[in-house]
Amino acid sequence: MTEASTTSRPGLVEQVIRRHPDPVSVRFRGLSDRTIAWLFISPTIVLLLAINLFPLLWTVYLSFTNYRANRPNAELRGMGTTYYEQILSDPDVWESMQATAHFVIATIAIETVLGFAIAYLIDRKFRGHAFWTTVILIPMMLPPAVVGNFWKFLYQPQNGLFNAIVAPVLGVSPGSFQMLGDVQLAPWSIIIVDVWMWTPYVVLICLAGLRSIPDYLYEAAEVDRASPLRQFWSVTLPMALPFIMLAVLFRGIENFKMFDLVNLLTSGGPGSTTEVASITLKRAAFESWRTGYASALAVILFVTVFGLANIYVKALNRVKQR
Amino acid sequence: MKVLLRAAFAASGMLALCLSSNGAAAQDKSLTLCWAAWDPANALVELSKDFTAKSGIAMKFEFVPWTSYADRFLNELNSRGKLCDLIIGDSQWVGGSAENGHYVKLNDFFEKEGISMNDFAPATVVGYSEWPKNSPNYWALPAMGDAVGWTYRKDWFERPELRAEFKTKYGRELDVPKTYDELKQIAEFFQGRMIDGKKVYGASIYTERGSEGITMGVTNVLYDYGFQYDNPKKPYEMKGFVNSKDAAAGLEFYKSLYDCCTPPGSSDGYMAEGLDAFKSGQVALQMNFFAFFPGLYKDPAVGGKRIGFFVNPAGPKGHFAQLGGQGISVVSYSDKKQDALAYIKWFAATDVQKKWWSLGGYSCAKAVLDDPSFPASAPFAQQFLDSMAIVKDFWAEPAYAQLLQAMQRRTHDYVVADKGTAQEALDLLVKDWTSVFEEENKL
Repeated sequence: MTEASTTSRPGLVEQVIRRHPDPVSVRFRGLSDRTIAWLFISPTIVLLLAINLFPLLWTVYLSFTNYRANRPNAELRGMGTTYYEQILSDPDVWESMQATAHFVIATIAIETVLGFAIAYLIDRKFRGHAFWTTVILIPMMLPPAVVGNFWKFLYQPQNGLFNAIVAPVLGVSPGSFQMLGDVQLAPWSIIIVDVWMWTPYVVLICLAGLRSIPDYLYEAAEVDRASPLRQFWSVTLPMALPFIMLAVLFRGIENFKMFDLVNLLTSGGPGSTTEVASITLKRAAFESWRTGYASALAVILFVTVFGLANIYVKALNRVKQR
Repeated sequence: MKVLLRAAFAASGMLALCLSSNGAAAQDKSLTLCWAAWDPANALVELSKDFTAKSGIAMKFEFVPWTSYADRFLNELNSRGKLCDLIIGDSQWVGGSAENGHYVKLNDFFEKEGISMNDFAPATVVGYSEWPKNSPNYWALPAMGDAVGWTYRKDWFERPELRAEFKTKYGRELDVPKTYDELKQIAEFFQGRMIDGKKVYGASIYTERGSEGITMGVTNVLYDYGFQYDNPKKPYEMKGFVNSKDAAAGLEFYKSLYDCCTPPGSSDGYMAEGLDAFKSGQVALQMNFFAFFPGLYKDPAVGGKRIGFFVNPAGPKGHFAQLGGQGISVVSYSDKKQDALAYIKWFAATDVQKKWWSLGGYSCAKAVLDDPSFPASAPFAQQFLDSMAIVKDFWAEPAYAQLLQAMQRRTHDYVVADKGTAQEALDLLVKDWTSVFEEENKL
């Protein structure tokens, strides 16, 4: 009777055991939970090491050798720090670093100011708000190859739309200046395209920041009779600052690596005026096939970006903590 | 009866299987030929139909625009890719491709098949096939002869009012220029002029920065002004040859031509941009490769009687033209080398070479070029022959890409970006090239 009732109706202990099954390690005898967890995540870790860490370490190794990818059978010689010394003392490389710095600083400054201003404006509710927000985001959705090519047409001095619009404003003839062929204007031609394409990205991040500001802060400010300007300086800007800084970080890293637009618009010209670091790197790695030299340049660029980004992230964290 | 039906079904099934596998095998037999995407490539597609008809081997083509041609195919070769069975590679690639084992050496094959390099124009054999240069080591069959030449608006040159004005101004007839000074006068004459209610410009010249454009343009003038790659008696000694005063004068001339007489927005122009400028009626003169001339002659807007052709003009120190063109090679990583060699054998045949020329390709075979009817066979045929007799090529060293990059940078810096003087640009070029050759252990 007792046995029958036990089989037909499990006791409390059995019910608890059924609800809380054995630990995995009990079922896979001989393996601890920790080991099994490692087994599950190890493929991901191996994959990450293979596609991230190994190439990085391999690049560092190659940077100390004379390896050329197009001559795999050639004798591999250790070069010590020769390539690093060559790069750091080469005026042409410094020129390209300067071009990169000018480009990064100018684009970040303009995109941040413009992006935040646009985000501030479209944060207000108005008729067609969703439509205009989508329209603003369109440039960012286009492939850089398309953007580069159509801006090349727009910049055409004789029949391009850009010259046709700007020339009357400046009181000159459209054919009298060339955006892509002039040493002074060529860097600005790339900055204009980058600003046109990527300001919407800054808008998007700033918009997220503005929408995260709680209404009660503005209500409290109004109770304190703070003017709209005062509300902007004391509530809006400080609260949105971490988001703005995040946008600056993302754009900074992206523009430091800028390649596609420059390659399509000027190929680094006229002369070497717009030869940014990534163009120099590409030429060394995939045109000259100086793999060792290019690896050294890549390591220098990586350390620069990584160092600057780290300093910046620390500053960002400090702002967040305030 | 059922057994009979089953047997019949089985037999028909087997037959279908055999037929389909035969069909698949025939379809599988194919070759991929890699080249640049331009007019002659279309002619080659047409020509190759004969090869497919004769051999049953289907031809596939991988054509890439000129601006990414070197990047794309050198990457393919350097990564030992199997995309291309045959490649029509640029003349400067031969050194690197031979030394790095990308191309199959063709000496034994030529000997076995009775293909003689004496049957091809000497300049094309040296330029496209040999490595080391001037040695009987062949890595390609000369496939597409080419050189830089010029086109001009014959209809504008024939206008009486323009001819009269030109004669008054310069004291000579408005005719095809024989020297670079004459060419510049003509370009200046047309620069900014209104013709048929449209503003036109002097000349379209090569200025492209990204690949090889400005080098392929500026060398035409440099050679004529006395530039030499190195000391003819001491290879790789460049000081005083690359950066001689004469060479600097040549570079100054090219810059003056760019500054005075090109259309606005010509800071990054190569073959396609030159064609656009000429076809749209913007320029009186156009520097471009002969490969485009058949297409230009057929152009409804500027072709026919409206267009004329002339050889690169002479300079104070000589008369040369930049070599273009390519040889056809078998890629050593291909799994279909025998079929690829069969294509080369077929392509080398005289009748195929004649058809190649008739379709718009530039044959390098003497049987075509030395034919008495050749000069009259096209309005640019004589100019092509004259040009091929005076061609010079850029370095074809394994490190050619580095040498080219340096020249692109230094010449573009001076000509387009107004940076420094011509002498400084060439001095820097010597420094760059010296460091490349030192790294290559050739100095």
